[in-house]
Amino acid sequence: MQTTQYEEINDILAKNQHYKEGFHTQTLVETFAKGLNEDVVKAISAKKNEPQWMLDFRLKAFRHWQTMPEPHWAKAEYEPIDYQDYSYYSAPECGSCATDGQAESGSAVDPEVAKAFAALGVPIDDSDANIAVDAIFDSVSVSTTKRDQLEKLGIIFCSFSEAVQDHPELVQRYLGSVVPYHDNFFAALNSAVASDGTFVFIPEGVRCPIDLSTYFRINEAKTGQFERTILIAEKGSYISYIEGCSAPIRDTYQLHAAVVEVIVHEDAEVKYSTVQNWYPGDEDCQGGILNFVTKRGVCEGRNAKLSWTQAETGSAITWKYPSCILKGDNSIGEFYSVALTNRRQQADTGTKMIHIGKNTRSTIISKGLSAGKSDNTYRGLVKILPGAEGARNFTQCDSMLIGNQCGAHTFPYIEVQNPTAQVEHEATTSRIGEDQLFYCQQRGISEQDAISMIVNGFCKEVFKELPLEFAQEAEELLAISLEGSVG
Amino acid sequence: MFLNIENLHAQVEDKTILKGINLRVNPGEVHAIMGPNGSGKSTLSSVLAGREDYEVNAGEIRFLDHDLLEMDADERAQQGVFLAFQYPVEIPGVSNKLFMHTALNAKRAAEGLPALDMFDFEQLALEKMKRLEMSPIMLERSVNVGFSGGEKKRNDIFQMAMLEPKLCIMDETDSGLDIDALRIVANGVNALRSNERSFIVVTHYQRLLDHIKPDFVHVLYDGKIIKSGGFELAQELEERGYDHLIQAYEKV
Ligand SMILES: Nc1ncnc2c1ncn2[C@@H]1O[C@H](COP(=O)(O)OP(=O)(O)O)[C@@H](O)[C@H]1O
Ligand SMILES: [Mg+2]
Repeated sequence: MQTTQYEEINDILAKNQHYKEGFHTQTLVETFAKGLNEDVVKAISAKKNEPQWMLDFRLKAFRHWQTMPEPHWAKAEYEPIDYQDYSYYSAPECGSCATDGQAESGSAVDPEVAKAFAALGVPIDDSDANIAVDAIFDSVSVSTTKRDQLEKLGIIFCSFSEAVQDHPELVQRYLGSVVPYHDNFFAALNSAVASDGTFVFIPEGVRCPIDLSTYFRINEAKTGQFERTILIAEKGSYISYIEGCSAPIRDTYQLHAAVVEVIVHEDAEVKYSTVQNWYPGDEDCQGGILNFVTKRGVCEGRNAKLSWTQAETGSAITWKYPSCILKGDNSIGEFYSVALTNRRQQADTGTKMIHIGKNTRSTIISKGLSAGKSDNTYRGLVKILPGAEGARNFTQCDSMLIGNQCGAHTFPYIEVQNPTAQVEHEATTSRIGEDQLFYCQQRGISEQDAISMIVNGFCKEVFKELPLEFAQEAEELLAISLEGSVG
Repeated sequence: MFLNIENLHAQVEDKTILKGINLRVNPGEVHAIMGPNGSGKSTLSSVLAGREDYEVNAGEIRFLDHDLLEMDADERAQQGVFLAFQYPVEIPGVSNKLFMHTALNAKRAAEGLPALDMFDFEQLALEKMKRLEMSPIMLERSVNVGFSGGEKKRNDIFQMAMLEPKLCIMDETDSGLDIDALRIVANGVNALRSNERSFIVVTHYQRLLDHIKPDFVHVLYDGKIIKSGGFELAQELEERGYDHLIQAYEKV
């Protein structure tokens, strides 16, 4: 009988009683029958009263998607998905939430939906919160706060559906400009059935005084959420944008395939932060969110700067590579990531930094934490094109293993086509050992506290890039995700 | 009764290492444990501190009112058992400050005392560090990462001074220390000596014992205490080594 030294840690980590966002909201909803075909695409478009050009975009994408194979190259393994077994539209039924006459204040939101967001700590009632929120419930945006205040500065902050109605020229100009409909399988699917999302436009020279955020909530079972987010920062502007998300505990997979396009013009700066806490599934691999996301930004002008910061703790499978196309000379791309996998979660995440302009710089700091029986992969590409004179990249990829049944993998791809470029890559793998835990416990620190202290120490470099409250939230999420036994 | 170890047997992975240890420690006493490599000194220290790799298959350990073997390592620590490690462990990314602050407050919570805030903690920590001639920047550095061997040992003694344990077990704290570091560590230990606090000092050398002056010296060999005596036993071992004791023991 050989007892492994990690048995107890594995045991602690195996439980998942602490996904506190796992409740389910019961309200009247309109949900399309399961299935996907051209009529469904047309029905989604009709539901939203979309103009012909938007329907054309969807249909073009849908026809292309039908010709594409489902990708299975990522390290994350999943059974082929039956796309006919999902519903592609679901929305609370109350009239005021409909996309055409969206409520200006939270008061008109379906009370059950309002309760759900209150329980999640998302300030949709426009109170004194120091942040503006677009709250998305299944397929629709149900509330967008602080719009009047923002409008005075010329900032557009609305749901994607509204933007299609109210700012068609901007949407037509930018939709698909960074992530074309044919970019990849899931981007094509999203382009066809995009439900809702957030649209942000920061005019020239404006520093957005508060953080803007979107909270995504998937509620209905067997529903896909396909949000489309477009964020445009005009010359010399600044914006810090944050995404949060969660879903009820379900014993079947739920599909989430988002596309985010960010356009950063000359001298503008965008900080894009994500705290991803989708339901990860249970220890037997039942349920959880399949999170297939295409996030990409382009630094169009000189000195443009785009930072992606992500804390990924949820989802059964994550497939996500927020990327920067550094076109403008001296533009800067950054990627700070903490990805935690536990139980049987699989994460395949990383970034692509495409250097086109001169003296472009990129920094990649990736911290992968694997626990339980999970697999965590960093996959990154740094590409320096021939014209990118003096481009520089610094990459640091650290992996930490917690227990002995999990895996960490690193696939850094580097393509340098300009001899003046400097590319540095550092990688480490460490294991939270029995020795470290015993050392902490011998000083009176409980095993749980020891694990979260060590893990947070490991992630510090990334968390300091998150806005303060979210850094705290991310720390707590890590502790909770690793917990499951106490309290 | 302060500490009473009776007939302690322990094994790791089917290998029996401790084969019947008996040891009684009264409050305020200093016991030295000496013995050749591999005799089980670190194993005894680890079993006392509650390391789970070791399976206790017979015997009993009473500590104050507790059945020590029933307690988890963190509980034992909170009740005043401290182990200075033969090889202190590195914890990247966790500052000494956070580590000790967390540890101290865990102990205070177990004692029903309010948590120390960062300011009070820091003041206390800096006082203790000064006595051990440690630079204040050590508080900001990750626990033991990039520390020299001597700095690691000193850091362990600093932690001991902070936690003010009742039973201090020191596993070869003197190995790898130069003469100055040895003096500093010994002074740190002597400063902690009191009528209520007891020490079990594992060492190969008399030089630490010269500073600390143990009340009892025990020789551990093949998982058993084969001889006990006073300070003079340490001097005898320094001159003659273990061989004659081992030979005498094995004849019996
Ligand atoms: N984890 C372990 N696995 C296997 N053998 C061990 C382990 N720990 C200690 N031992 C063995 O037990 C014996 C006693 O070791 P130890 O207590 O470290 O002795 P000492 O500290 O007196 O040098 C040695 O033979 C050692 O190899
Ligand atoms: Mg030893």
